[in-house]
Amino acid sequence: MNENILLGHGSGGKLTHNLISNLFVKHFSNPILEKQTDSAILEINANNISFTTDSFVVDPLFFNGGDIGKLAVAGTVNDLAVSGAEPLFLSASFIIEEGFSFSELEKIVKSMAEEAKKANIKIVTGDTKVVDRGKCDKVFINTSGIGILSEKNKEISSGEKIEIGDKIIINGTIGDHGMAIMATRNDMNFSSNIKSDCASLNQLIKKVIDSGADIKFMRDATRGGLSTVLCEIVENKSYGIEINEDDLAVNENVRGICELLGFDPVYVANEGKVVMVVSNKDSEKVLAILKKDELGKASSIIGEVVDEHHGKGWINTEIGGKRIIDMLAGEQLPRIC
Amino acid sequence: MCLSIPAKVLEINGEVAKVTLGGTEYNASLQLVEDVKIGDYVLIHTGFAIQKLSEKEAQETLKLFNEFEELNKQLDEEEEKTGKRIA
Amino acid sequence: MKFIDEFRNKEKAKKIVRAIENISTKEIKLMEVCGGHTMSIQKFGIPSLLPPQIELLSGPGCPVCVTDRKYIDQAIAYARLDNVIITTFGDLIRVPGSSSSLDNEKAKGRSIKIVYSILDALKIAKENPTKKVIFLAIGFETTVPGTAAGVITAAKENVDNFYVFSSHKVMPPAMNALIDEGVKINGYIGPGHVSTITGTGIYSGLAENFNVGCVISGFEPLDLLQSIYMLVKQFEEKNPKVEIQYKRAVKVEGNIKAKEMMYDVFEYRDDWWRGLGTLANSGLGISKKYAKFDAERKFDVEVEKTKEDKGCICGEILKGLKSPKDCSLFANVCDPSNPVGACMVSNEGACHAFYKYNRE
Repeated sequence: MNENILLGHGSGGKLTHNLISNLFVKHFSNPILEKQTDSAILEINANNISFTTDSFVVDPLFFNGGDIGKLAVAGTVNDLAVSGAEPLFLSASFIIEEGFSFSELEKIVKSMAEEAKKANIKIVTGDTKVVDRGKCDKVFINTSGIGILSEKNKEISSGEKIEIGDKIIINGTIGDHGMAIMATRNDMNFSSNIKSDCASLNQLIKKVIDSGADIKFMRDATRGGLSTVLCEIVENKSYGIEINEDDLAVNENVRGICELLGFDPVYVANEGKVVMVVSNKDSEKVLAILKKDELGKASSIIGEVVDEHHGKGWINTEIGGKRIIDMLAGEQLPRIC
Repeated sequence: MCLSIPAKVLEINGEVAKVTLGGTEYNASLQLVEDVKIGDYVLIHTGFAIQKLSEKEAQETLKLFNEFEELNKQLDEEEEKTGKRIA
Repeated sequence: MKFIDEFRNKEKAKKIVRAIENISTKEIKLMEVCGGHTMSIQKFGIPSLLPPQIELLSGPGCPVCVTDRKYIDQAIAYARLDNVIITTFGDLIRVPGSSSSLDNEKAKGRSIKIVYSILDALKIAKENPTKKVIFLAIGFETTVPGTAAGVITAAKENVDNFYVFSSHKVMPPAMNALIDEGVKINGYIGPGHVSTITGTGIYSGLAENFNVGCVISGFEPLDLLQSIYMLVKQFEEKNPKVEIQYKRAVKVEGNIKAKEMMYDVFEYRDDWWRGLGTLANSGLGISKKYAKFDAERKFDVEVEKTKEDKGCICGEILKGLKSPKDCSLFANVCDPSNPVGACMVSNEGACHAFYKYNRE
């Protein structure tokens, strides 16, 4: 194998063939992929299929708590899982910059394989393109995912069943991923022990669904943070949301860097957090299930759906004041003032 | 303007201090301040320590907050007596 | 002592609020003149805790908001020169100029880098000796000494491809001008971090000449509530004066070393403020001694004619005469993702803070 990716690796010829066999198929190994057919043949017994796609362009590629590969698997798995589906299959497409180091690519692929194993899903099809140096930033990955959705969970993704009095739950601390990335960017001169929360949540979510709890809605709080999800929930609805700042968990090191740069943790990205809206009667039960899991130890009920300020979300601040929450507009930039 | 937050000094190397903000470490310049020691808290602004924070003064301020406690107690007592809510 | 947590306490906040309610009998208008205060006040929801007779106004305390549009246009002209790298705080990147913004220029391929500190900009200059690195220096007295330290370091280390484009301003002339213009304020929440550098002498004229008190406040919610209590008390007792609430950081004499560096590198000049116009000795330009680091002296560029937006009332808002909610553009044409005026761009602009935390 070469030390660097060459344009030839994307030519469709021998180099491409070798790359696929010796890297992708080797690490993602499963019977469907090994057939190397033009399209993967999947046997699915279900009436409803969930289908999602996502592209990953994170910089830096490797960060504390994960890398672009882990993110590419977990991100798409989570999009399926929060729709109430059971994720089964993924595709993985790579756009690679000429000259990218082979060993780094292998590291990313191994990390994808490992995360797929953890999430108990198969990567069954994919594609590779190589572009001229400077035409993309090292490597971009697209993953699409298929899952099956049982009839009873069909309403979860729409949130149509949300009612006043429902409780809002999140499975832990907020802002870790965004700040881990920020702290890893070498132009910021920070050294930080902040770890991205990047993780596949499908097993955790399955436990909650299997308990029979009345889940009204789920969404993963990624870019735009927790506040953006809350705003999406109430947008144009005849109810509002109130959450309590006291109940939001923020790691000390995340809070520190947020204060320094003037960021608000509720707007900062996560990659392993699900926001659940659960009926009041089942909320404590769901919380107990989440807390027992490694990925939900710091879970808390952060607020509820209320019959006030319809269409808006409010935070009861840590000193007892009130303020509105809004979607993130534009990206948060480090500021001095 | 002027976002600036307290950070604790961990190490000093010449005109640079390694400070911690709840676990995130940053190398801040000491060019603008004098006699900062390890363990001190400094205000960080755009990469510079701009002032040392006085623990003694901070304690004094916290004491002043306690005077409000006293006042609240008095107000509560008055309310008891008169049966009227007093702001 | 962590210097943060101790000053954010729900129970104590309640008690200070009640004390404020207890002494406040008259309508009172207090103005914060520091964008950091604007942010804290909105973020912690302080207005929702106060009785209705206490009104908080946001003043010209956000350096981005008061900066002349011409400054942005000139920075853009610099960015278009060959072999130039523009270094800037994130705050300026989205501020609209007359026909473009730094963000737009970056998208067109100009070299514009966001830095957290002038020292990072200096590092970029050392790493790129064939390029000319220009640092956009904005901010009030809190930020000026850092810029001065950066210039002094560049001189010491003979970095000859590093330049500063100053839009630095000082606070007191604006605070005086507001009252001169007849803006009705009963007290100033004084800028805590500016005062960390300057000390308290700069505010003495306020109480003496204008009968307006000033309490220099910290940035945590209990600091702000206590400062409001102190200002209400002054007002009720008709005893306006300069007081320091933020004693853990602000000394009467300020930071002498930082001030010396500031006056070594900078000299006063007249400057233009959005909403207030030109104010005498309110700006800081690079002194003759350090002329070779001055972008304005070094680069001759053609700057386009300044065009202001129709309908934007930033100027009135900065004077505390109007609230963001009075602007016809607010939240329908102008929002943080499509800012018309500077007050919506900067995180701590009154419009942005209102939009983010206080829209009903």
